[in-house]
Amino acid sequence: MIKVKNLTKYYVRNKALDNVSFSLNEGEILGFLGPNGAGKSTTMNIITGYLSGDGGSVEIDGVDILENPMQAKKKIGYLPEIPPLYNDMTVREYLEFMFRLKKVRKPMKEHINSICEKVKISDVRERVIKHLSKGYRQRVGLAQALLGDPPVLVLDEPTVGLDPQQIIEIRRLIRDLGKQHTIILSSHLLSEVQAVCDKIVIINNGKIVADELTASLTGTGASTEKLRLTIEGRRQQVHSMLQKIDGVTAVTDLGEAEKGCYEFTVDSRRDVRRLIFRAFAKTDFTILQMSPVEFSLEDTYLGIITGKNDTKEAPSDVSNL
Amino acid sequence: MSAIYKRDFRSYFNSPIGYAVLAAFMFFSGIFFYVQCLYMGSAAMSSVFQSMFFIVLFVIPLITMKSFADDRRNKTDQALLTAPVSIPAIVAAKFLAALSVFALCLCSFLIEGLVLSFMAKPDWSVIIGNIFGMLIMGSSFVAMGIFVSSLTESSIVAAIVSFVINVLLSLLDTIGYTVHWDWLTSIINALSFQGKYNDFSLGMISLGNVVFFLSVTCLFLFLTDRVVERRRWA
Repeated sequence: MIKVKNLTKYYVRNKALDNVSFSLNEGEILGFLGPNGAGKSTTMNIITGYLSGDGGSVEIDGVDILENPMQAKKKIGYLPEIPPLYNDMTVREYLEFMFRLKKVRKPMKEHINSICEKVKISDVRERVIKHLSKGYRQRVGLAQALLGDPPVLVLDEPTVGLDPQQIIEIRRLIRDLGKQHTIILSSHLLSEVQAVCDKIVIINNGKIVADELTASLTGTGASTEKLRLTIEGRRQQVHSMLQKIDGVTAVTDLGEAEKGCYEFTVDSRRDVRRLIFRAFAKTDFTILQMSPVEFSLEDTYLGIITGKNDTKEAPSDVSNL
Repeated sequence: MSAIYKRDFRSYFNSPIGYAVLAAFMFFSGIFFYVQCLYMGSAAMSSVFQSMFFIVLFVIPLITMKSFADDRRNKTDQALLTAPVSIPAIVAAKFLAALSVFALCLCSFLIEGLVLSFMAKPDWSVIIGNIFGMLIMGSSFVAMGIFVSSLTESSIVAAIVSFVINVLLSLLDTIGYTVHWDWLTSIINALSFQGKYNDFSLGMISLGNVVFFLSVTCLFLFLTDRVVERRRWA
């Protein structure tokens, strides 16, 4: 549905995008992830034809945006980072304007009404946009993107600046829309992408650093290869017992958790949970807690962004920091 | 294109700008009309049109200042440029919307003609010719104003720069008198707006002058198109 090939873009001398390529099939939701200034908005602006790239190509449903912009633009609904709203118009006037601007061939009133229902702005239809709250403005922006039911939706940080309640609503809406549209969504929030998207592209400094299915990205490193243990007993002895267990490669003493109890992390080549349990069952020492350290998308992401591609080395509990 | 035209035209009257411009234009044309026609007891409106030349210089930047600058500042240009509309169509729509507001201003002359017709027999051909001439000249100023507006995000800057350009253009004749090189004088006179406009106001509509104003209009609309297109590559 969407094919982005070797996209390159310079801002004066700064390379904003460097050979960005990815593709997306019909009905998929792609999460475009990266820190601020990574090139997310630039990529989206090129996909939608607002900017031109200095190299590479973008194909929307088989139509090249550079060669046939009119045709390609009809297939895209775009919600930019700042919704392009005319403050002096009412919501209805604005949507009617966008309807005509996009040359939508549908009965105007019914179509606009049904979209207003969908994004829940029916009750503010007659209000002037200037007076709307941030959440409503975002939704009017989304309504504008939905006009004409374009097969492709490009949403640039659709939940930024919304309150938690609104964020949940918008995410639910996007997931619903994903059933009928192919969606590219950008975000610097991992939880969002994890919650909504089928596929993730991580971009940093204008380069794509990871391009995977969400499940496989989250799954990386989520094994029992690293364990966290809390054990009651004599510190030295526990430490050496852990080290003697077959398959253990490293034991790190994290210190005293509560009186007489110590925390350790254990790295191993394979699953050693059973061995540890049996070893300690023979002694007076008690295992109070044993849990695999899970790598969340967050770890993978931070690992990738900070340049450590080996996810196993990524800090494991950044989420607590 | 018609969608953008309608929106832009209406936006002038969603804010005080449209009303202020109309009021100012009618106020001054009313004063000149009163002094030069009613008070002097003359039915010839040519001098009113000549006096209005300077008002036009100041009014048009107010009409054109928001044209592209506001769209850029509010990021609504993203909606326009990602819609299936070509850039020339966007430029044309915005130009026509601004020109329509100016045309609305010119209607004040029709009212004055009507007032005059109660007391004397006004020369309608002169009035209509003058309105036409002012519209043609105004279209050049509007195109220049829109071009300036496309260069900046600030409508205030756009207005000030347009004022300066317009005033400089109107000073060309004065400069022309003070220069003693014939070739330079002829270049300056060729570029002069006021000289050509005064021909109009005397009832002489020469093809050359019409072509001149239309060429200036087209040139600046073309340049605007280039500026907007170029920004996509910057």
